Amino acid sequence: MILVLIAAAGGAGAAARFVVDGLIRARWSTVFPAATVFINVTGSLLLGVLTGAATAGALPAPALAAAGVGFCGGCTTFSTAMVETVRLAQGGDHRRAVLNALGTGVLTVAAVLGGLAVARLVF
Amino acid sequence: MSPRPHLHPGLVLLVALGGAAGTLARYGLNTAVPARDGWPLATLIVNLAGAFLLGLLLEVLVRAGNETSRLRMVRLGLGTGVLGGFTTFSTFALEVEQLLAGGSAAVAAGYFAASLLGGVLACLAGVAFAGRRRQIRSGNGPRDGNGR
Repeated sequence: MILVLIAAAGGAGAAARFVVDGLIRARWSTVFPAATVFINVTGSLLLGVLTGAATAGALPAPALAAAGVGFCGGCTTFSTAMVETVRLAQGGDHRRAVLNALGTGVLTVAAVLGGLAVARLVF
Repeated sequence: MSPRPHLHPGLVLLVALGGAAGTLARYGLNTAVPARDGWPLATLIVNLAGAFLLGLLLEVLVRAGNETSRLRMVRLGLGTGVLGGFTTFSTFALEVEQLLAGGSAAVAAGYFAASLLGGVLACLAGVAFAGRRRQIRSGNGPRDGNGR
């Protein structure tokens, strides 16, 4: 049962990423892959909130697995971020390539910390 | 082809199905591979393998030329769906935070660097592998496959 929930949540996360990415790209076309950064940072923020809620006892473990491992994991993507970093580097834009990889890494960790802090305030 | 694939219900469903499969594979690997010396090995393996495979897949598709609707379904189903759902940035970030909170700053820094630097290198290797395979197949490579 938990496998079905995780798979369904992962599918929903991937679909949400696809739609949000398309909407952002349609509105703002930038050299910098801002859509993926936005998705990875918001997904990490949500995972921080969910993990904090589970630690506080406000979220049962199966729900954390489905929403955290499933939805947040399916929504955020490491592979696309790496491909976009490599494409910036291949285009000669090494500054933006480093900024993308390092920036996403730092911002997602900060987002998890922010999410945990929010959860401590709320739960 | 639809100019806005992200609003096409069939393509969104395709990405969702791929994402469900990728997420299950990640969950399975996470259950099977324990952390070693504090290192979250499962996520590291998932992310490096996913970066290699997506680099490979997209390079193969770019080299295939104009994207037909069938190739677009391959890119969205396997790339955006399966590999996008397989790899994860949020779990990586949570693991770095947990290592830091647990006082393992050195492991956190090592894991952070290995993931990002390794991810870029794995992706580059995937791209290069796609190019090499293509060269060998078309006979322009160092060997043409017949040993000549």
